[in-house]
Amino acid sequence: MPQYRLPVVSEPKPAPAREGDLCADPEPSRLPFVGLDTLWLQLTGTLCNIACRHCFITCGPKETRVPMMSMGRIDALLDESVTLGVKEYYLTGGEPMLHPAFFEVIERLLRLGPVHVLTNGMLIDAGAAARLRQAFDGTRYALELRVSLDGTTAEENDAVRGKGTFEATLAGLRALAQVKLSPVITVVEHSETLRTAEAREGFLAFARSLGFAQGRIKFLPLLRIGREQRRTHGYGADESVTGALPDEVMRSLQCNSSRMATEEDVFPCPLLLDAPTARMGRRLAEATRDIRLQWAACTTCVQEGLSCRT
Amino acid sequence: MPDVNEATQGPGQRVAVFGGIYNNWLSLSAVLDDAARRGAGEVFCLGDLGGFGPHPDRVFPILLDRGVTTMQGNYDHSIGHGLSDCACGYTDPRDNHFARVSYAYTQTKTSERWLPYLRALPPFLRRDWQGLRVHMAHGSPRQVNEFLWESTCSDAFLARLLRQFEADILLITHTGIPWSRRLPEQLGGGLVVNVGAIGRPANDGNPAVWYALLEVPRGARSTAEVTVSWIPVGYDVSALAQAMKEESLPEEFIETIVSGYWTTCLEILPAKERQRGRF
Repeated sequence: MPQYRLPVVSEPKPAPAREGDLCADPEPSRLPFVGLDTLWLQLTGTLCNIACRHCFITCGPKETRVPMMSMGRIDALLDESVTLGVKEYYLTGGEPMLHPAFFEVIERLLRLGPVHVLTNGMLIDAGAAARLRQAFDGTRYALELRVSLDGTTAEENDAVRGKGTFEATLAGLRALAQVKLSPVITVVEHSETLRTAEAREGFLAFARSLGFAQGRIKFLPLLRIGREQRRTHGYGADESVTGALPDEVMRSLQCNSSRMATEEDVFPCPLLLDAPTARMGRRLAEATRDIRLQWAACTTCVQEGLSCRT
Repeated sequence: MPDVNEATQGPGQRVAVFGGIYNNWLSLSAVLDDAARRGAGEVFCLGDLGGFGPHPDRVFPILLDRGVTTMQGNYDHSIGHGLSDCACGYTDPRDNHFARVSYAYTQTKTSERWLPYLRALPPFLRRDWQGLRVHMAHGSPRQVNEFLWESTCSDAFLARLLRQFEADILLITHTGIPWSRRLPEQLGGGLVVNVGAIGRPANDGNPAVWYALLEVPRGARSTAEVTVSWIPVGYDVSALAQAMKEESLPEEFIETIVSGYWTTCLEILPAKERQRGRF
């Protein structure tokens, strides 16, 4: 079996750019690129309506270091995505629903393929829910909503997501239940109790109590970069991903077939937003090549089997 | 059901295609009888002979005796090679629990004499139908256990697969829910058909199973001339339910074949496909 060591350095602060986001190992594992299946759009850059303590890319209400995407940029990327045969689109941020043309963007995307929206759900009121339902019904493609909630109580959730976020997200979830849209509730394992089978059962029961008979839950491990590094700790000096990866690991990593685009650049994945060495070019065509798993966050994906897929 | 056209009479090719027998020898026989009645010249099975149902050994002689051209699915590969799981590609704990129950049963009950047959099944099939290039795969041409759902595949992606595998027609299964798509000319055209599964219903509330009947007229110049008909086939559901009960297979599986709605493998379903079901 290959030996995995975790990367040396993560990001103490998201900016300025530095070379330290690379691990020390001269031969990090190589990941072949199999084709561009998934295009992530960092729709609102780093702008978010909340500032979670475990946010791996340090987003927040005042975080504008990565700009919002323009419609011109989105159009150019979509044209390229069709040529390259993209299978599906993911919208993230920040909070993607803060984008002034959010609904226009998803409606355009849904004409091309399936769309996944990663949101905290706090901006989903009755009107937004109705519009999402309309978008869901108006396409043959999947519209998947992923709503982040990190606890089944305000105490558990608000400890990392901020005061009042539990109730605000619940209101969004209830609005979705009203229009019979069943989101995937996404939970970050920010405490030991959330890493248990009981926690999963608890979330399913919680989802049922909100009106989702077909509750869907996705648990995500913590990524020790961005703000999370300050909340707990970053990666150790002896951590990096080296050696030939087993086939099943290579297949499970979404970055074997996905790229993330911002207003300015294309990156291997959304976790690497603040890694200058991860910039692959401005156009998607420049980014359709193999990568080396040379960044701090790669460790979590490889060791915990993290997949960003819905 | 999308893209339903009645197959027309006439010269050319008429073929029946299905996947996912899941040990259901009763539905297999019913489908083959139906395809013969409709004049199918050749019958293709795209793999996953085992799993879910009872008495796996009953399926193999039927396939051989009736000349079904059969390829290998992930289940057949796993059983044939004595692997520890079905490699179905589930990610959810509940889905995986039932997959393990199903796999353990099929592995125990498949006679050793059939393992070389399962191992020798081809991983894909190529055909030339009236000059149209046909590629048959289990999950997708690039990965045996890839799920290609109707709601999760863009036109551009399917066109990429056709280009990459040099095909005009792509036939697949693995998901268990049938669909078909004609790709727009600006993407190069082409036809993709997920032929579904005949071992259990399509999560549509109908206990019948579905197979695809494709008609390629003589001298067809493009896939636009190919018709795809979806054929529902009833079979003796109570006999299968009784056999499943006698073999102590999960009640959830029996409920599925009786009600027509899936009760397991639900977490893998995309939102749109799941909303069509009951659970």
